[in-house]
Amino acid sequence: MTNGHDTHSHIVPVKVYLLVYVTLLVLLVATVGAAYLPGHHTLLNNVIALTIAVVKAVLVMLYFMHVRYSTRLTWLWASAGFFWLVIMFILTLGDYFTRHWVPVLGWE
Amino acid sequence: MSVAVAKPGEVKHNYLNAGDTVLSWLLTTDHKRIAVLYLVSVTLFFAVGGLLALLIRLELLTPQGDLMTSENYNRVFTMHGVVMIFLFLIPAIPAVLGNFLVPLMVGARDLAFPRLNLASWYVYMAGGLIATWAMVNGGVDTGWTFYPPYSSSYSTSQVTLTIIGAFLIGFSSIFTGINFIVTIHKMRAPGLTWFRLPLFIWAHYATSVIIVLGTPVVAITLLLVAVERVFRLGIFDPALGGDPILFQHLFWFYSHPAVYIMILPAMGVISEVVACFSRKRVFGYHFVAFSSVAIAVIGFLVWGHHMFTTGQSVYAGMVFSLLSFLVAVPSAVKVFNWTATMYKGHIEFRAPMLYVMGFLGLFVIGGLTGLFLASLATDIHLQDTYFVVAHFHYIMVGGTIFGYLAGLHFWWPKMTGRMYPEGIAKLAALIIFAGFNLTFLPQFVLGYLGMPRRYHWYPEEWQMLHVMSSAGAALLGIGYILPIFYLLWSLRNGAIAGPNPWGATGLEWKTDSPPITHNFEETPIVTEEPYAYENHHHQEEVASGTGASAAEG
Repeated sequence: MTNGHDTHSHIVPVKVYLLVYVTLLVLLVATVGAAYLPGHHTLLNNVIALTIAVVKAVLVMLYFMHVRYSTRLTWLWASAGFFWLVIMFILTLGDYFTRHWVPVLGWE
Repeated sequence: MSVAVAKPGEVKHNYLNAGDTVLSWLLTTDHKRIAVLYLVSVTLFFAVGGLLALLIRLELLTPQGDLMTSENYNRVFTMHGVVMIFLFLIPAIPAVLGNFLVPLMVGARDLAFPRLNLASWYVYMAGGLIATWAMVNGGVDTGWTFYPPYSSSYSTSQVTLTIIGAFLIGFSSIFTGINFIVTIHKMRAPGLTWFRLPLFIWAHYATSVIIVLGTPVVAITLLLVAVERVFRLGIFDPALGGDPILFQHLFWFYSHPAVYIMILPAMGVISEVVACFSRKRVFGYHFVAFSSVAIAVIGFLVWGHHMFTTGQSVYAGMVFSLLSFLVAVPSAVKVFNWTATMYKGHIEFRAPMLYVMGFLGLFVIGGLTGLFLASLATDIHLQDTYFVVAHFHYIMVGGTIFGYLAGLHFWWPKMTGRMYPEGIAKLAALIIFAGFNLTFLPQFVLGYLGMPRRYHWYPEEWQMLHVMSSAGAALLGIGYILPIFYLLWSLRNGAIAGPNPWGATGLEWKTDSPPITHNFEETPIVTEEPYAYENHHHQEEVASGTGASAAEG
């Protein structure tokens, strides 16, 4: 389990944690602020909110979950989670976006 | 049959006698003891699920719903499904046999995270007890699939409590999956390269991938149903602005691969047993290994075949149909390779091998009828009929339970140090095979004729088929009870097994039976490929007087 070269105990300075934490708070404020943008830009709001959410998630993974300082194997597994999420989205949307391609009697 | 009883002086230190207090079991971090805890727990839940199945079959003896009300019938089949799937089929092989064998097979002292392993059992028990509590306090009537809006807005049964139970049980799977992945990556003995790993390990690795990547999705999905139910937040109920089809996508994204969580470990067992009792190396080792990974990946791309008639787009249906056909390929690779392994082998028809033979036949029938259901046109006729019920029982019972019983018998000498009685074990295997087919073959016919699942009233002309099915279920019940008695009997009275009663290859056979707490006196070094049966002669491997051949006498 603990072969010397596998034990990776990178020590992250507290400053980095604080910086990431403050960044997350700023992004949180940005998300709330974007929701109050003048006019009803639903699409724009969604794009902004989701982009901020992705950035926040990546920050948490890289720093709080130590992925940045981990082995390539950990990177592979972390990416696999997202890859599977993409599979779920693509095939599910593959249904939603094609509902009208072949009309079915009684389904409309 | 002669029975050799251990003399008092011969009792060696092992994991079973390492501590005999209740606390020494409840606080153990030994993977072997945790496997035993799981063995007892899954057996109890299997008994509960089995009794519910017998109630269903009893009700269906007559065309009228005369044994119970429709509401109670809904509860009984739902709880049968919930208990069997979440509390038995999913954990059975990984948590019992996998827990016991993964560290032994890779030559490690324990799993990577022993305390996480114990936590997994506690979380499983907590989930199981909550689900049981829900069962005795009103039960749940949504079907094991929890489809909204019925489950979220209309059912008056204990949906939320059952969902919390299932949610917790999911975490116990995730804990086990993470443990297996890390152990297999990091703790292999010197010389044990990936392609020297037993196929049981490859199968458990692939299973763990599915568990870790899929289970969180169903966990959050079920939680969303509970949120909608409790807080009336519109997620899946159209009346609240939700979308019921979205639930089906999210639910089956996990729940179809869950079938592979059940069947892949069984396939791992089959590879080990078929090689040992054919005394040959597994034909096409690399193909069998990679087919496990292929099933894990492709298994995630087929979930929409559960939704052909429920409002999914026709285009998506075509794509999912094609992808579903694709998953048959790696499954077939395995079946052909096992058959080729037996070809010109020195086949011994021990009880585990009988279960393997049963597995092959039943899995092929289950798999091929799956193709009927993966075809868009035939599925419209067969959707939600007994054809589906028969199909998934062939896969899940014929596949998983036959694999589980094969493995339990095969490694029973390793787990307990005692041989099971061969004669009655073979009889039980035959009874289970006969009972299983009598139960479920008529259901294919019933389904084809149009009998819908989850109904307890049916036209009189179908009664004969239902009576056959119920008679088969009774036979199956007898077949399941037998191993409980003779395996318990063997704990005291079985012949002493010795380290390697089958003359099998693999690191688990190179240590004592039962193994010591830390598995091996010295870290084993692997110098040869797996299943090198041609390099070993059975009689040399079996220590005189301690092997199965001698024990059977």
